[in-house]
Amino acid sequence: MRPESEAELAEIVAGAKGPLVVRGGGTRAFGAPVMGEVVETAALSGVVLHEPGALTLVVKAGTPVAEVEAVLAAEGQRLPFEPMDHRALLGTRGAPTMGGMVAANVSGPRRVQVGACRDFLLGVRFVDGAGRVLKNGGRVMKNVTGYDLVKLMAGSHGTLGVLTELSFKVLAVPQAEVTLVGRGQDAATGVRVLSAALGSPYDVSGAAHLEAGVAEDASQTRVRLEGLAGSVAYRRDALLKGACAGFEVVEGMESAALWREVRDVTPFAAREGAVWRLSVKPSDAPGLTAAVRAQGIAAQAIYDWGGGLIWLLVDEVGDAGATILRQQVAVLGGHATLVRGSEALRRVVPVFQPEPAPVAALTRALRGKFDPRGILNPGLMG
Amino acid sequence: MEMPLPDPAVLAQKPRLVERLLQVLPPEAVIHDEMETRAYECDALTAYRCPPLVAVLPSSTAEVAAVLKICHDMGVPVVPRGSGTSLAGGALPTADSVILGVARMNDVLETDYENRVIRVQTGRTNLSVTGAVEEEDFFYAPDPSSQLACAIAGNIGMNSGGAHCLKYGVTTNNLMGVTMVLMDGTVVELGGAHLDPGGLDLLGVICGSEGQLGVVTEATLRILHKPEGARPVLMGFDSNEVAGECVSDIIRAGVLPVAIEFMDRPVIRATEAFAGAGYPDCEALLIVEVEGSEAEIAEQLGLILEIARRHNPVELRESTSAEESARIWLGRKSAFGAMGQINDYMCLDGTIPVSQLPYVLRRIGEMSQQYGLGVGNVFHAGDGNMHPLILFDANKPGDLELCEAFGADVLKLCVEVGGCLTGEHGVGIEKRDLMVDQFAPDDLDIQMAVKDVFDPQWLLNPAKVFPLAASLGRRAG
Repeated sequence: MRPESEAELAEIVAGAKGPLVVRGGGTRAFGAPVMGEVVETAALSGVVLHEPGALTLVVKAGTPVAEVEAVLAAEGQRLPFEPMDHRALLGTRGAPTMGGMVAANVSGPRRVQVGACRDFLLGVRFVDGAGRVLKNGGRVMKNVTGYDLVKLMAGSHGTLGVLTELSFKVLAVPQAEVTLVGRGQDAATGVRVLSAALGSPYDVSGAAHLEAGVAEDASQTRVRLEGLAGSVAYRRDALLKGACAGFEVVEGMESAALWREVRDVTPFAAREGAVWRLSVKPSDAPGLTAAVRAQGIAAQAIYDWGGGLIWLLVDEVGDAGATILRQQVAVLGGHATLVRGSEALRRVVPVFQPEPAPVAALTRALRGKFDPRGILNPGLMG
Repeated sequence: MEMPLPDPAVLAQKPRLVERLLQVLPPEAVIHDEMETRAYECDALTAYRCPPLVAVLPSSTAEVAAVLKICHDMGVPVVPRGSGTSLAGGALPTADSVILGVARMNDVLETDYENRVIRVQTGRTNLSVTGAVEEEDFFYAPDPSSQLACAIAGNIGMNSGGAHCLKYGVTTNNLMGVTMVLMDGTVVELGGAHLDPGGLDLLGVICGSEGQLGVVTEATLRILHKPEGARPVLMGFDSNEVAGECVSDIIRAGVLPVAIEFMDRPVIRATEAFAGAGYPDCEALLIVEVEGSEAEIAEQLGLILEIARRHNPVELRESTSAEESARIWLGRKSAFGAMGQINDYMCLDGTIPVSQLPYVLRRIGEMSQQYGLGVGNVFHAGDGNMHPLILFDANKPGDLELCEAFGADVLKLCVEVGGCLTGEHGVGIEKRDLMVDQFAPDDLDIQMAVKDVFDPQWLLNPAKVFPLAASLGRRAG
C-alpha cells in the first residue's frame, strides 16, 4: 500500500486487520524479519519549508534524502549529522528516505562533533498504531513544551508510529575541510590519538581508525577538521605539532571521499560475513575487539567516533559472535546491533541488544501505548 | 493558578509517613516541622507558595529509592527538587506532597578526560560541574543563566539551555546517561559513556520531563575542551527588522557564533540606567560572540563585521581586550536586574521562528499599549528563544492577573507564528493551562500515556505540565 496523504495513511493503519511492514525507501532493511502487509511512505514526499536564515527545514517523511541534500546544497547547507547510506553495505536498492533515516536514527562520522540525527530533529508528525495523527516538537531549535517524544520517535524503527513529516535544524557547509591521516598504528594507539585530538580545543569533526587490511595494507588513523579556511589551516598545524605528528594532509574532495568510506562502511560491502555495529566507551573499543578475537572469532574492525563506534565484520558461523559480543558490552556498557546478517541468522540472534528487565518493561509498556494492537513492524526491535 | 485540593487521607497519614521516612533516612534528612517546611514552599516563581507536608534530603540513590517506595506504598505525591531555581513553578509543592530534594547529592563520581565524560550526582550545581574539570581546561557546555545555583537534576528535568546553545546545544544534546529511580523504587540505568541508545531512546524522553517520570540521581555528561579564547562584538541598529536580517545573514554565511543576543530599546535604556555599560541608545542591539584562537576569532569577526556593515549599523564595537569584552556583556548580563529595578517583572520564554522576529516584536509592543504594562525584550536571537520581561506592580491589586493575561497572549502569539510556549524554562504550573493552545487533545493524550507508563498513579510532580482538566481522569484513577 502506498498512501498519497497522511489522512489516507491514518485510515489504512486504523483499518488494518493484521501486521504492517512500514517502509520508506527499503534501503535500511535490518532488524528482525517482519511478516505483514507493506505500507510505503514514498508518496508522502516533498520539502514543506526551507528557511536558510533560520537553519530550518521541514519535509514529508517519504522525501528522498538525496533530494533534500540537493535542496540544502543549493543554499550552501547540509544535514550536519552526515547520515550513512546503507545501500552498499546491505546490498539494497532504492532511494533512502528522510523518514527511514530518522526511524533508524542514522548518523555518520560527524556525530562525534555535532550530535546524532535525533539531536537535529526538531519536530515530528506521525500516525500511531491506532491510526491517530499526532505531532510533537515543532520547527524551532529551542522547545521544551511538554515531553520530548521527538527523540523517542528517532530510532524507533517504525514500531511506535509511521512518520509523516519531520523538521530539522540544518547547518552551513563549511568553507574548507582537511583530513590528517596516520598509518601503521595499532588500534590501541590509534584510539589514543583520536582521544587526544577530540580532547583538544581544535573542534575535530571526524575521528576514525581503520585496521590494517581494511582500506589498504597499513592501518589508517584519520582526523578531520572543517571550518573557515584560515581556521582549518591553524588547527591542522596545531594537530600536526601535537597529537597527529607525522600525519599526511589530505584536502578537499579527497578528504571527503575518505569520510564517505567510513560513513558508509564501504570496505565491508564486498566482503562476506555478518556486520555488527557496537557503541561503547571509546577507550574500551580496542580491548573489546581483542577479547572477541581471543575467543577464536576472526574479525575486522573500523573504529569511528573516536573509537566509540565499532563496525565489526565477522564470519557468519554459529551465532556470528553474538553471545561473546553481548557478554562483553553488557559488562563494559554499550550495545551491539547486528546490522548485516542473513535472514536465518536474524531469526535466531536478536538484532538489537537485549535490555535489562526494568528497561525492557518500560519499552514494552510504551509500545503498548503507541501501538496497542501491536501491528507496526511487530518484533522488528525484539 | 489553580492547584488540586490536598488529599485529606494523605494529610492524615503524616505521622506514620514521617515515622517510616525516619526508618530509611537520618533525622536531619527528614524535615517535617511546619516552620521548617516553609523553606520549600516555592521555587523561583515566587508568586505561588505552598509548604509541603514533608521535605526529605536523601544522600544516595538507595535512599531515594527507599523514600519513593514508601511514598508509593502510601499513595503520597512526591515533588522532586534540584536547587529550586525554576521560573515556571516546576518544583512547587502541594500541601499533601513530599519534597524530595537532591541538594545533598553533589559528588563527582568519575571524571574521564580520555572519553570526555563526567559522572556526577545530580544535586551538583551546573557551574560546579565545569568547576570539577576546569583544571584540565574542560567545561560542561549548557549554561543556563542560573548556573551558579541550579542543579543538574533540574537541568535534566527542564532540558535547560543557555546563551551558548546555538553552538553547543541544550542539556539533552550533552546528557549521555542517567541513573533514575521510578516512583515504585525501581532503579533504572539509561545510557552511559557510549553514544546513542541500543533500543528506544528513553533517555531522550526523560530529559525535559519535568520530574514527572522518575527521580534522576546520577548523570553522565559530555565535557569538552575549552576553546582557546572568545570575543564579542556589539552592534546597534535603528530597527528590529534590520537587526533580524543581520542575524539571518550571519547564520547563512556559515559562521556559527556561540551566541547571538538581542536587546530592544526598553531593555537597553534600563540597563544603561542600571549598569552603565555604554550601550548606544538605539532600537535594537546585538551581541555576537565567537570562539577560537586569536587568528580564528579575527577571521570570523572579519566576516561578521562585513555582514553587519551592509546593514548600516548605528554602532559597531569590537572588543580588543578582556575588559572591553566584559563591558559588552555587562549590560546583557544585568538586563534582568535592571528591569527589576524599575518594577516587578514576569519573564516569558517562548520561542519563535527567527524570521518572525520583527512581526512578533511589533505585536508585543501593541499589546503593551493595550494592557498598559511596560515590556522589554531580551532574546537569544540565533535560536529564536525570546525572553520578554513584562513589568507589573505586585502590590497593586489585579496587576499580577493583568500581567499573566498579557503573558498568555504573547505565548499564544509565539505558537500562532510557528513557535512554542517555552524554549528553556519548562511548562511547570505557569504554562500548564496554555498547553491546549499548542497541542491537540490527542497530542496531549500520547504524552500523558507516557506518564502512565512510568508513573501509573500520577504521584510524581503533580499538577505540572498538563492542564488539570486534561489529566483529571488519570490522576483520579
